[in-house]
Amino acid sequence: MLDSWTQALVFLLLSFAVPIAMLVVGMVLRVRSRRKTSPIKHEIYECGEEPDGPAWIRFHPRYYVVALVFVLFDVEAAFLFPWALGIRDNGWLAIADMTLFLGILVIGWAYAVRKGAIQWQ
Amino acid sequence: MILDNPYLHALIVGLPLLAVALTVAGFGVFYERRFAAWIQLRRGPVWVGPQGIFQIVADALKMFQKEDLVPASADQAIFKLASWFPMFLALSLLAVVPMGAVEAEDGSWTAAWAVSSLDVGILWPLALGGLMVFPLWAAGWSSNNKYSLLSGMRMVAQGISYEIPMVLTAMVPVILAGSLSLDDIVTYQMNHGWFAVWPPGPGLVAFVIFFLTSLAEADRVPFDIPEAESEIVGGITIEYSGIRMGLFVLTEYAHTFVAAALTATLFLGGPHMPFSVGPAWMGVVWLLGKTLFLFFVIYWIRWTWLRYRADQLMDLAWRWLVPVSLGLVMLSAVWVQLMEGK
Repeated sequence: MLDSWTQALVFLLLSFAVPIAMLVVGMVLRVRSRRKTSPIKHEIYECGEEPDGPAWIRFHPRYYVVALVFVLFDVEAAFLFPWALGIRDNGWLAIADMTLFLGILVIGWAYAVRKGAIQWQ
Repeated sequence: MILDNPYLHALIVGLPLLAVALTVAGFGVFYERRFAAWIQLRRGPVWVGPQGIFQIVADALKMFQKEDLVPASADQAIFKLASWFPMFLALSLLAVVPMGAVEAEDGSWTAAWAVSSLDVGILWPLALGGLMVFPLWAAGWSSNNKYSLLSGMRMVAQGISYEIPMVLTAMVPVILAGSLSLDDIVTYQMNHGWFAVWPPGPGLVAFVIFFLTSLAEADRVPFDIPEAESEIVGGITIEYSGIRMGLFVLTEYAHTFVAAALTATLFLGGPHMPFSVGPAWMGVVWLLGKTLFLFFVIYWIRWTWLRYRADQLMDLAWRWLVPVSLGLVMLSAVWVQLMEGK
């Protein structure tokens, strides 16, 4: 049990080493310019136009609504996992319980769809 | 475990696994270009080495040599840090995939040779894959570029929307096998039939939905509006140069490979084949074969299908995939009750 977590963490470190190693190789191999570089080189690329102000601006709130609905369903998925493991032991009662729970959730889902919460226009 | 020492085991199983994943990702770039050229009646890269096979080496050398440009007005620290993580997260999902099939004396099969046989198995790739939106969003936001910002926004919206049906359809194997561990899920399929085939109906639909959501998580066509080069230039990678940009590109191929491997494990029996497969290490070959087949299908789709619009994308996820996968969860629960319930 503890061993499998050790193995997983070792693999985590190994896979973290991959991008780091590539960046290090890039640091060694990459070309450096000796001349003083032009400030234009360090500007933002927006297809040749000069950037008009920063990109850190207000944007459409529909993304927040999607994030809210996502949190709702994600929590529901977290409830589903322990239930999924207990089906064999708890029998039809487990299924009836979950039907009730999902039924309430689906009503909420239908409400969100009707209200256009996930409408992308 | 192959060896008693967990550190040695992780190294001995993990290093070749990473090597295979990176090789497939690297050569995937080359083979995809040749394949796309074949579909579009072009020749593709043919000059570097025989049939252009060393094109990827030339590309890698070029990327390593490029100057590391960071825009002056970008959020420098986050901009640099964001390029570390996508590759790391994509590769780390592989830790729990069992790669071998061991036959016992009574003829039953057991899955083996995962880097780590975590008892919460399936939660590992779902949790780490869910983290993927953070570095991508950080890259899009810190670039201080409007196209990057839009791309980052779309990536988060798409990533979280498709995560719901992905988690729900991943629950179908969990319910049927009665365990979160990928070892147990594969073992169950070895002895009862693949989930894509049995139970008829829910298994196949869950397989298709899981595969589609994997495409969306890896930003592949038809779900690649976050990096649509024809309208937002190239998405979050616009301001990146050299190996940082290379990492983002390579990550997509690695992520595709990993998604294919997970789909093969959850629904296509992993290292198992219905007929006898010979020695135990043949399981590794079968798993790699299934994974490469799904990998190929993903690129086949990429060069044949059209890209969805952003609104069609959200509509498909929320209006269709979420309710259907909820129904699948209930259906497979009822199936388990009918077959094995008390």
